[in-house]
Amino acid sequence: MVSSSSRTRTAATAVAALLVAVAGCAPQDNLPTPDAAPTTPSCTKEGLKTRTAGKLTVATDEPAYEPWFRGNKPDSGEGFESAVAYAVAEKLGYARGDVTWTRVKFDTAIAPGPKNFDFDINQFSITEERKQAVDFSPPYYLVRQTVIALKSSKIAGKKSMADLKDAKLGAQVGTTSYQAITDLIKPKAKPQVYNSNDDAKKALQNGQLDGLVVDLPTAFYITGSELTDATVVGQLPQVGAPEAFGLLLDKDSPITFCVSRTIGELSEAGTLKQLEQKWLAQVAGATELR
Amino acid sequence: MPSREDSPTSRRQHTPSAAQRRRAAYRRRQTTRSVLVAAASTAVLGTLLVVAVTGAPGWDRVRLSFLDPAIARDALPEVLTGLWLNVRLLVCCAVGALLLGLLIALLRTLRGPVFFPVRALAAGYTYTFRGLPLIIVLYVLTLGVPGLRLQGMPPVLVLGGLALVLTYGGYLAEVFRAGIESIHPSQLAAARSLGLTYRQTMRHVVLPQAVRRVAPPLLNDVVAMQKDVGLVSLAGPIDAVRAAQIATAETFNYTPYILAGVLFVLLAIPLIAVTDWVTLRSARRQSGG
Repeated sequence: MVSSSSRTRTAATAVAALLVAVAGCAPQDNLPTPDAAPTTPSCTKEGLKTRTAGKLTVATDEPAYEPWFRGNKPDSGEGFESAVAYAVAEKLGYARGDVTWTRVKFDTAIAPGPKNFDFDINQFSITEERKQAVDFSPPYYLVRQTVIALKSSKIAGKKSMADLKDAKLGAQVGTTSYQAITDLIKPKAKPQVYNSNDDAKKALQNGQLDGLVVDLPTAFYITGSELTDATVVGQLPQVGAPEAFGLLLDKDSPITFCVSRTIGELSEAGTLKQLEQKWLAQVAGATELR
Repeated sequence: MPSREDSPTSRRQHTPSAAQRRRAAYRRRQTTRSVLVAAASTAVLGTLLVVAVTGAPGWDRVRLSFLDPAIARDALPEVLTGLWLNVRLLVCCAVGALLLGLLIALLRTLRGPVFFPVRALAAGYTYTFRGLPLIIVLYVLTLGVPGLRLQGMPPVLVLGGLALVLTYGGYLAEVFRAGIESIHPSQLAAARSLGLTYRQTMRHVVLPQAVRRVAPPLLNDVVAMQKDVGLVSLAGPIDAVRAAQIATAETFNYTPYILAGVLFVLLAIPLIAVTDWVTLRSARRQSGG
């Protein structure tokens, strides 16, 4: 009796211990990534070990979407990410003609293995998992939450958050988008919550919602290719813990240090903010709702 | 269990005999003893369970992530607001499903060749909606139907409620039908021989007995429905479980789910108690108690 119950207890303990071991509940210490900084970093065109000497090879996906690139032409310098890439190149001392573009699939780029580019700019969210396989620069963009609506909706074309108080808004459950509704807009009607953005899009399409809150890249994807009768109303102030986009480089790339430093400088100088303003808010029409 | 006493023909006040009094006293003693034994065995089992659970190596971590009183307090208002939606939906949908189920059962039990299409339709309905997963019915009604963009489209809650009524109406119809068909044919024959029409027979003889007979399974289905009404949340409204999910997403702590679960059980207790009472009463009736 006793022995059998204690045996059961031992077995249960063993199982529990095994589960704990598998789950790895102990928080992992973030090992400091060794800086690939040369001892005397000279972040100039002459000192940089790029794939082709004197040239900067930048990659993105095919096709490249608005508002990140305009008309699938990365070398035009138009669109937010194209502009960022050229700003980085310029800071490092490359003329426009020294920048060559190449196309790499998103999934290929984040996989481990040698890379045929110096850096890739393609809305890569910086995550710990990906950092195991590739290098990232510091963020050049923090993702904002964005309201989209049907062109026929009563909130299409509104300019401020106060104008959205009476709207029936929706978001996917457990997302920063939902937080943006409850913390920033605070509408009078209870927000609608969906299991997935697909359900939410359907509700928007049916006219069951006045507006839907998603992150900005999703907003442009939905209005650009999925719901063509929907439009971006505007982007909301930063809320929660936003996703961050970084330039992607080969693991331990010799130029990671310089590219990272350049992004830091552009960020401090306010250049990135200006580019974001220009290409996302003004040109692409994601008005900043205040 | 009081035994049925023959009513005394005399006018004298009834006094139980000495034997009867001894019997009653013995029964009281037995009752007290069994209550005490039950309490002791429950206490022993409870202690064992508590020791086993709290003594587990991962207990502290589980307690932190599933049983955090502070987080439960913070989540309570939202979860209660959601539960109020569940309760309102449950009342409306239960009434609707019971009525629909009864109607379908009556259609399925109509006699005569002329009613064949009606019977076939009713049977087809029960087959379809008992077989269809509720989630699919909900999706079609709450996200599909509004896509038709018809005038006067009801709000999403009404459509979700309709999905529940349709699905549960199928189950309840079969319960009602089982009740109707369990009434012995001699009852019908007797009623008809008294000159009652088919409708009157159904209304005064068959249905009262049938409904009484299947009350427990009917209530059982209503209890099951209580948990399913929350599924309308997939179309946007925030019910108790959804509110708990949102709170969990904010805190990375599962306590709100436990809170919602406890509230659901508390909500079910009156319903289940009524079910048990009805079952007991009908059992006593059956045994001629």
